[in-house]
Amino acid sequence: MIEIDLAQTPLRQANRRLQQVAPDSNERSFVIRNPQGAHAVAAGLTDPIEVTVEGHVGFYCAGMNKEAEVKVIGHAGVGLAENMMSGRVQVTGNASESAGATGHGGLLVIAGDTSSRCGISMKGIDIVVGGSVGHMSAFMGQAGCLAVLGDAGPSLGDSLYEARLYVRGRVASLGADCKEKEMTQHHLEKLGRLLDRAKVSANPRDFRRYGSARQLYNFKIDNIGSY
Amino acid sequence: MCGIVGLYAKKPAFREKLGAHLAAMLVEMSDRGPDSAGVALYRAPSEAGANKLVLHAAEGSIDWQGLSQAMGTAFGEQAELSLRGSHAVVTIKAPLTALRAWLVEHYPQARIVSAGEIIEIFKEKGHPREVVKQFGLEGLSGSHGLGHTRMATESAVTTEHSHPFSTGRDLCLVHNGSLSNHNRLRARLKKAGVEIQTDNDSEVAAGYLAWRLAEGDSLNQALERGIGELDGFYTFAVGTKEGFAVLRDPIACKHAVLAETDDWVAMATEYRAIAPLPGAESAEIWEPEPGRVYVWGG
Repeated sequence: MIEIDLAQTPLRQANRRLQQVAPDSNERSFVIRNPQGAHAVAAGLTDPIEVTVEGHVGFYCAGMNKEAEVKVIGHAGVGLAENMMSGRVQVTGNASESAGATGHGGLLVIAGDTSSRCGISMKGIDIVVGGSVGHMSAFMGQAGCLAVLGDAGPSLGDSLYEARLYVRGRVASLGADCKEKEMTQHHLEKLGRLLDRAKVSANPRDFRRYGSARQLYNFKIDNIGSY
Repeated sequence: MCGIVGLYAKKPAFREKLGAHLAAMLVEMSDRGPDSAGVALYRAPSEAGANKLVLHAAEGSIDWQGLSQAMGTAFGEQAELSLRGSHAVVTIKAPLTALRAWLVEHYPQARIVSAGEIIEIFKEKGHPREVVKQFGLEGLSGSHGLGHTRMATESAVTTEHSHPFSTGRDLCLVHNGSLSNHNRLRARLKKAGVEIQTDNDSEVAAGYLAWRLAEGDSLNQALERGIGELDGFYTFAVGTKEGFAVLRDPIACKHAVLAETDDWVAMATEYRAIAPLPGAESAEIWEPEPGRVYVWGG
């Protein structure tokens, strides 16, 4: 375990260290102390390393993550794991706005709540939220799964493409072109596997599934006269 | 982009260092607002019937000693004067409306930055670090305070355009965001007799609150009504004699975080402004919900 103390080491230097681990190196496990709400902690990682951040982080933590496993023991600010490509990002506390925004892949697990626009424009990332999500979550979500064990705020899945949404609690309201869909055996199994991967204990049968009504984004032959 | 901070002491011992803590929070938000900065400190209550005015004028345009003596003579009371940076604090036992009228007549070049029993607003253009130094904030005690670092987006960078804006006796407002209907609202408020000094959008929000409170709304009512009437993006923090209130617009894309320990309640645009406070790492921390009014201290 290699320790980096952000009270002593400048953030850019710390990030560069994490971003440039040599392929043949045994340096695979790092702990970052004293983040003090700094932005872009452990952002832009590209190697299969483990990074534990002890304390609350600011904006854009673990942004663009590829292959790395980042765990934050604390809360995270805006844009957690935004545009994540692969790997795993986990937060033991809450996350602010736009968690997992535009994520292409990997798994984001937030033990607590997240606020608005969680998974906005998600493109393949899987997000599991132990608490509740705020308004406009999964807005324009294109691919991937968002599973929420708590409640969802207003306008869930507004202008949704093909992201899949599972909510165990109450949904304040669905956004334009988002509708409830049948939870088939296929979806129960898929959700079960996702919850297992996230190491979250919940019964998939307690969730309801939401998806795109496909009325908004599809080209419709009935509308040919409008073009 | 701007930064706002607020701090409320829950225990008397914390009040001693309130200025130092607020200054640290403000400087941490410098990246969000390097153009100008300001604070509203609630401190050193004046005695019953007295008013504490914080005044500002173009450098060298007023002999503050002379103003304080003339004011004392005019009202037959002792006027206490202290100078803090580019601002003057004058305390005198006299009604506020009479003091305002006297200033307009005798010192039209002076601008009232804040007025009330306890509030003191200090604001200036320049980097927050310099503003903190100029006003000696670190040495000031207080029960609570608000601060603002400004990155101007829609009006000039001057002392007058800086935050906090006074919204009436012992009231003030800081704003992160931008309002889109401020011109029409300004015209409406002016018609209703509300004094507005600049073309700044945030000052219109301050004027709106002042107007609603004068019309008899409670602070809660005024803020809730504001959700329907103020169009744009905002996180507001409003300072009152007893504490402060926080409100975010219903879309809530202007960040805000709240934190509380046994000793203090703090709000900031970003957590890193709260991080330097003692006990921050174990504080209860949460994000204020959109369109919901939060109030501390009544």
